[in-house]
Amino acid sequence: MDACDTEVTAVSNDPADDEKAETDGGVRAYTVRLELVDEPGELLRALAPIADNGGNLLSIHHERGSITPRGHIPVEVDLESPPDRFDGIVEALRDAGVNVIQAGAEHYGEEISVVLVGNIVETDLSDTLSKIESDANAVVRDLSLTAPDGTEAVSSARIRLAIDSGQSDAALSAIRSIGSDKELTVVEPLLGGETA
Amino acid sequence: MKLAILGAGDVGRSVADLAGDYGHDVVALADSTTATVDDDGIDIDGALERKLAGDALGSSDLETVFEADYDVLVEATPTTLGDAQPGFSHTKRALEADRHVVLANKGPVAERYEELRALEAASAGSIRFEATVGGAIPILSTVEDSTPQAVTAVRGVLNGTANFILTRMAAEGLDYEHVLAEAQDLGVAEADPTFDVDGTDAALKFVILANVLADGGFALNDATVDGIQNIPGSALDLAAEDGRTIRLIGEATRDGVRVGPRLVPENGPLAVTGTRNIVQIETRNAGSLHSSGRGAGGPETATAVLSDVGRLPPL
Repeated sequence: MDACDTEVTAVSNDPADDEKAETDGGVRAYTVRLELVDEPGELLRALAPIADNGGNLLSIHHERGSITPRGHIPVEVDLESPPDRFDGIVEALRDAGVNVIQAGAEHYGEEISVVLVGNIVETDLSDTLSKIESDANAVVRDLSLTAPDGTEAVSSARIRLAIDSGQSDAALSAIRSIGSDKELTVVEPLLGGETA
Repeated sequence: MKLAILGAGDVGRSVADLAGDYGHDVVALADSTTATVDDDGIDIDGALERKLAGDALGSSDLETVFEADYDVLVEATPTTLGDAQPGFSHTKRALEADRHVVLANKGPVAERYEELRALEAASAGSIRFEATVGGAIPILSTVEDSTPQAVTAVRGVLNGTANFILTRMAAEGLDYEHVLAEAQDLGVAEADPTFDVDGTDAALKFVILANVLADGGFALNDATVDGIQNIPGSALDLAAEDGRTIRLIGEATRDGVRVGPRLVPENGPLAVTGTRNIVQIETRNAGSLHSSGRGAGGPETATAVLSDVGRLPPL
C-alpha cells in the first residue's frame, strides 16, 4: 500500500473521558473506520494490530458491495479497549499500513447496551424499539434477541444504543419506564466510576 | 480486651475461637437459649464442643452476660429486619453500661442507625461494625480512612450466593433454578435463599454504607432493590456477545441506595467470579479504590470483628 494512501483522522474521544483513563480493567467502546484494498487476507491483516494491542473486537461491519471514492472497501470495526491503549491501537494500524479513516468518538458521544428480559416479542418489540428511540433520544445500533423457549415464553434482547454525551442517565431512566410499562426487566449498564 | 459474645453461629464461634490469637479474652458466650460466663475467661473449647454436639452451651442465661466484666460486646446474633431486635436492645444495654459494641449483625446498623449513634454519643463506649459489610474485606475502615465526606460512591458485589449463581449461569449456559439447586447442594446457598437472590442481603450492606457516607438517613425501605430471580441464562449469553456479563451490583451514595442486576464489562474489576466479593470506593481526591476478598464465612467475618476490637480505645 502506498504511503499516500494512508490517511489518518484520529478523533480523540471526549476530554472528559480522559480523566477516567486510569483504569483497573475498565474498558471503553470505540469505533474505527478503515479502508481496505480488495485483496485476500486484507481484513485479517487489518484486525491483527487491534488484537495484538489489547483491543477486544466487538463487531465488524464489512461492506463488500460498496466501494469508497478511492476504490477501496469500507470496514467499520467496533472494539473495546482500556482508554490508555486506544491510541496505541490506532498507531499500530497505521504502522501496519492500514487506512484509518476515523477513530474514536462518533457523532453520538456514548454507546450503551441494555438487556431486556420478559415477553419481549408479545409486547411488540418494534414498538419497544421505537419508544426507546423517541423517549430515550437514542439510536438503536444493534439488536440481538434470543428466545430459547419460543417467542411466547420469556426471552432476552440486547440492544446497543448510541446516545449524546452526558445523556446516559436520562436515557436509562426513559428505558426503565418503558420496561416497567411492558413488564420487562431492564438490565442496565453500570455507569460511573471506572466500570462504564 | 475482654469480650462478651452474643450469638454462637459461625461468626460468634469463630470470634471465640480466634480471640486468643489476637490477644483478647472471652469472658462470656451466649446463644439464643443459654450462656457461659467467667470473668477469668471461659473454657472456649469446651463451650464450642458442647455447642457443636447440640448440647446447652452453658448453664447461665443471657442476663448474666450483661453482668460480666467485659469491655466489648460482640453482637453476632442473626440479622433481623424492621425493629432489628434483639440485636438493637443488646447494643443499647452495652452502650448504656459504657461498654464498646462490635456488631456483625447488620440489622441495627441498617435499620436504626441514628438511634445507635445517639446511644453511642451518650456512652463512654463506641460502636464499630466492619463485619456487617463484606466480611473479611476492610470496606468501612477504608471509607473511614478516606474520610466519608471524600467518598462519593461505593459500588460492588456484596452477596456471594447471587454472584455464584450468576457466574455459573454465565459459564455453563444454565438457567437460574438449575444453578440454584446446585448451589444449595454445595452449601453455597441456604435452603431458603430468598434474602440473597432477591437482593435484600446486599441492600442491607449498601444501606449501611449509605448511612456511613451520609451520617444516617437510610433504612432498607429507602433502597431500590431488584433480585436476580428473573434473569434467564439467555440474558447472560447476550451480555457475553458484547463482552459484558451480569452481576448483582449495589450502589450507595449520599443520595440513595440501589441494588439490582447490572451489565458490567466481562473482564472488568467488578465481574468477580464465584462467591468472591468486591467493592469499588470512588473518592473525590484519590480516584477509585478496589477491595476484593471473602465476604462471608465464620473465620473471615471474625477477622473483621477482631480488627474492630483492635481499633477500639481503652475504656
